[in-house]
Amino acid sequence: MTAFLIILIAALFVIALWQISKIVQLGKSPEANGADGEIANDADNDRQGKFMLYFVIAMYVMMIACFIGYQDYFLPDAASAHGSEYDSLLLLTTVVIMIVQFLTQALLHWFSYKYRGRKGQKALFYADNDRLEFIWTAIPVVVLAGLILWGLFSWNDIMDVDKHEDPLVVEVYAYQFGWKVRYSGSDNTLGDANVRFIEGANVLGIDPTDADGKDDMVATELHLPVNRPVVFNFRSQDVLHSAYMPHFRAQMNVVPGMVTKFSFTPTVTSEDYKSTEFMTEKVSKINEIRRQKSKELEAAGDVALDPYEFEYYLLCNKICGASHYNMQMKIVVESEEDYNKWLETQTTFETTLANAEN
Amino acid sequence: MGQVIAAATEHGHDDGHHHHKETFVTKYIFSTDHKMIAKQYLITGLIMGAIGILMSVLMRMQIANPEQPNVIFEALLGKWAPGGVMDPNIYLALVTIHGTIMVFFVLTAGLSGTFSNFLIPLQIGARDMASGFLNMVSYWLFFLSSAIMISSLFVELGPAAAGWTIYPPLSAVAKAMPGSGMGMTLWLVSMAIFIASSLLGSLNYVVTVINMRTKGMSMTRLPLTIWAFFVTAIIGVVSFPVLFAAALLLIMDRSFGTSFFLSDIYIKGEVLAHQGGSPVLFEHLFWFLGHPEVYIVLLPALGITSEIIATNSRKPIFGYRAMVASILAIAFLSTIVWGHHMFVSGMNPFLGSVFTFTTLLIAIPSAVKAFNYITTLWKGNLQLNPAMLFSIGLVSTFITGGLTGIILGDSTLDINVHDTYFVVAHFHLVMGISALYGLFAGVYHWFPKMFNKMMNKNLGYAHFWLTAIGAYGVFFPMHFIGMAGLPRRYYTNTNFPYFDDLADTNQLITYFAIATALAQLIFVYNFVKSIFYGKKAPANPWKSNTLEWTTGDKHIHGNWDGPIPHVHRWAYDYSKVNDNGEYVIPGQDYTPQHIPLQDGEEEMNH
Repeated sequence: MTAFLIILIAALFVIALWQISKIVQLGKSPEANGADGEIANDADNDRQGKFMLYFVIAMYVMMIACFIGYQDYFLPDAASAHGSEYDSLLLLTTVVIMIVQFLTQALLHWFSYKYRGRKGQKALFYADNDRLEFIWTAIPVVVLAGLILWGLFSWNDIMDVDKHEDPLVVEVYAYQFGWKVRYSGSDNTLGDANVRFIEGANVLGIDPTDADGKDDMVATELHLPVNRPVVFNFRSQDVLHSAYMPHFRAQMNVVPGMVTKFSFTPTVTSEDYKSTEFMTEKVSKINEIRRQKSKELEAAGDVALDPYEFEYYLLCNKICGASHYNMQMKIVVESEEDYNKWLETQTTFETTLANAEN
Repeated sequence: MGQVIAAATEHGHDDGHHHHKETFVTKYIFSTDHKMIAKQYLITGLIMGAIGILMSVLMRMQIANPEQPNVIFEALLGKWAPGGVMDPNIYLALVTIHGTIMVFFVLTAGLSGTFSNFLIPLQIGARDMASGFLNMVSYWLFFLSSAIMISSLFVELGPAAAGWTIYPPLSAVAKAMPGSGMGMTLWLVSMAIFIASSLLGSLNYVVTVINMRTKGMSMTRLPLTIWAFFVTAIIGVVSFPVLFAAALLLIMDRSFGTSFFLSDIYIKGEVLAHQGGSPVLFEHLFWFLGHPEVYIVLLPALGITSEIIATNSRKPIFGYRAMVASILAIAFLSTIVWGHHMFVSGMNPFLGSVFTFTTLLIAIPSAVKAFNYITTLWKGNLQLNPAMLFSIGLVSTFITGGLTGIILGDSTLDINVHDTYFVVAHFHLVMGISALYGLFAGVYHWFPKMFNKMMNKNLGYAHFWLTAIGAYGVFFPMHFIGMAGLPRRYYTNTNFPYFDDLADTNQLITYFAIATALAQLIFVYNFVKSIFYGKKAPANPWKSNTLEWTTGDKHIHGNWDGPIPHVHRWAYDYSKVNDNGEYVIPGQDYTPQHIPLQDGEEEMNH
């Protein structure tokens, strides 16, 4: 696909260059001696008008080529409960704007072609039409009202973090340049925390005097049980970060000095997500790319790339410093049992402190 | 009002006949002539633009071949590219300074500064700005701020690198990144001076438009260019001071230990004393300017386009009143939509709903403008000069880029595309490329007035088509890598194998970017060569109605050698016919504004 696009572009550039040389030739004709030679004449209007038409056709080809060639760029089906609603709204909006795009670009360029200037052609003195103006004010109003209403209902629903009964409360903690997770333990309540408590093994600044914090557990991977609502509390120790979990259609900035919140329910386990048709194809395509690249690297005496296996990830999406580009954390969605099993292997804050003292 | 005009006219007689003796310094350097100041803005803006575009090419080269040595990096970045491999800190610095330069120095000062200065007095029939002196001060402050911004590229630890939005704490805490030391200080100083320059300019524009219109030039007879510049200046006066406040508070936080934006920070093994501030407050203050800024950039381009499309279509602009109403509506709404940059900033989600509502409202006047442009083309007699092509191109990119705004302005949909390349594609098309097209259109159209020379049209055509193909080639595919969830401002994407299949597309985008940047050299060549060797321009090459074409080709301070013309009609009497189907002035398809109503002609009650 990319190769096709490159060829298409190269062709367009060559045509453009060819036309330019032609134009330059024409520009040398004797009639161009006066200043009038620099003002579009009928021949220019004719040529440029036709170019407008070719341009819009090429643009349509490009748009269609992009939608076909890049269809596997779109994120796969959402792995969270609210995600399917998000995807439907995105699809509807995309369809609406592409229809408008096709129509308006067609009109714009078609008129540019059709009414290209000719000697003796009289333009229509047409300054106003209240009905037309009303129509094309009303249409966007109606369409946008529909989109806004749907969007607002979803937004209120998504952003209401208190809607769940018995959610899992998890803290996601950001620092230059990494993430940590704090599980609230058996009481499902996070202990108080502040950067001023950071000391030694207490890397997240949990208040050692708060009883709620004793059973908290700090981990470097985010494990979530499937189908249980999760409320994330985000905290940053230094600068702004943004916790972006694209496959869950979830994002929230992480702001030093305050706790921000987001909640969603993961609905597909990592294993199931990996084995979807979309993901197996995508991963095999990526691995093919990596194999090719490894060959080049090995030929140059470098280390080959590891083969890729899909895992959910959380990445930083707000500029935060030199290593912003590599601030990520693995997310694992698993069954309740596996999750509990994993959780048992984690150490509580109380134990961490006790170990540190020894 | 009448008195002002009478006084100006008398002064004009004086001025015209006994011309001031001008030295090189008063004519070319510390000039108070709005036309010279406009040219100073234009040339400074173009130089800044060249630097900004070069920076974007360096970034694109890094993204296409991440962490690969490159002789160009080695040559241009020096110690920032050890062994020719770009350093991540300088990548972020390029991102930051590219954004700052393009938004403020090119598209605010270079576009609005040039054409507001040049066209306001000429099109409303005034001898100069209300205050020529303040106008000169405004330019030289702009020059000073440009010089400081450029000098920040050469400081020890590098220029500001926290993104053009300079969100604290990253920009406030020197330990957070090297660029947040001296580089950020210079950035803030430069911007503070820039804001002073912009305010002086804007106040001047507002006062001039209100007070100095010639006899007969009622507000409803103003060309749409002037409406756009006028409203732009008002938005600037309303919103720039807020950025100044934000910059001042940030300076306080950085240097004097206050805590407006900082709280609970632990960095490099140390807790900072700051307590109680909020970065979200800075975001509010920043975007209270930042969003109107988009329209400060765009409205002048739309005004220029309105004028050029009407002139070259040989038709009145369709729906003059609706166009003015749209400009006013956009200006008003632009000040109450800033929160759509902050849907996931941690602010109250209820605010998010309100901002979604106001944001999608702004799509309505924007749509009206686009439809009106298209209708203006309909049944016209289009003279496809380079300026006209750029104007049509602007409408095209404005639609393409504007439509994706419906996705981004919807708080729900923004959750998953926020800060991805989808955003980058959106705003580059809708405000970057569109405004640049407006700038080019303006230069091609008013070059004959500015320099009394014609630009070469064939080079203009070549410039347009290569730019048009390149711009879509860069920014259309970019939406798709954004849809894949690729974050912006990443030095390299290789740490996420999930993005490996996007690498080809990133390379494609880079090729287009380089080709498009090279195509701008055609413009530079044409511009410079035409100033010196261009063919002498006729008085009114595009057969336009507005007053600037009535001054004759003498380039004098005071504009009109004789008395200032009076205005008898609006600016859009193109192809107007009498009842018998004959043009109002027989044999001529346009009737300039200073021509009185002809026998049997009905005045347009537009």
